[in-house]
Amino acid sequence: MDYLIAFLVGGLICVIGQIILDATKLTPAHIIVTFLMIGIILGAIGVYEPVVKFAEAGATVPILGFGYSLSKGAIEGAKAKGVLGAFTGGLEKTAGAIAAVILFGYIMSVVSYPRSKK
Amino acid sequence: MDNMTNKEYQEYVKKKIPKPPYLKNAIRAFLIGGLICLIGQIIRNILFSFGLDENQVVAGTAIILVFIGSLLTGIGVYDKIGKFGGAGAVIPITGFANSIVSTAMEHKREGYIFGVAANMFTIAGPVLVYGIGGSIVVGLLYIILTSGR
Repeated sequence: MDYLIAFLVGGLICVIGQIILDATKLTPAHIIVTFLMIGIILGAIGVYEPVVKFAEAGATVPILGFGYSLSKGAIEGAKAKGVLGAFTGGLEKTAGAIAAVILFGYIMSVVSYPRSKK
Repeated sequence: MDNMTNKEYQEYVKKKIPKPPYLKNAIRAFLIGGLICLIGQIIRNILFSFGLDENQVVAGTAIILVFIGSLLTGIGVYDKIGKFGGAGAVIPITGFANSIVSTAMEHKREGYIFGVAANMFTIAGPVLVYGIGGSIVVGLLYIILTSGR
């Protein structure tokens, strides 16, 4: 059942992105940053938390979930350590993903070459 | 044709631009995006079965998906997924990994510092700037808004 919910919710989030992509002149890069910001805001006002509880990976795998983790981390940090926590919390919570992106991204970029476009 | 006002011409151009196939694109984005989240859910459940807690599972799932996304981009498969799935391949965290590898690869000729390493952040840079910056603002706002209580 959790697989079906993750599929449906994750798919729906991507449909919203696709409609924005088709209806406007925004590029995929704009979509990534916009969805990240939406995730941060929804996470901050507590709207995204129930979505994560309900859909699990369907909510955390889209970039919205990355934004949600950032703002959730910052708030948890602020609660525990005050101003310093507000600065470190978001990064702490997402450090794994960011570090992975840098390491794997670099290795794959070095070992592979772009395919010629047909 | 010659006597068109600027406004009329713009309407004429608008009519000539082909409309994107909204429904078809939406269905494809739904399938690919849903499928990637489904894979995420499988990874998540496997990690939970190792006895990790929620935070570790979320981070672990992201790391594994980033690895898969980078790998598929490197071997040229993610391009095809992206062509089919559109936003369905962009919005999941694998799309973030794809944006890094695909831009970095293209600029390899310019060397490993200004080519690969610098161009990894063509799209990831803005993501980190707005993401980390935004999170700090949220944390500070939280302190300001709750300090009166």
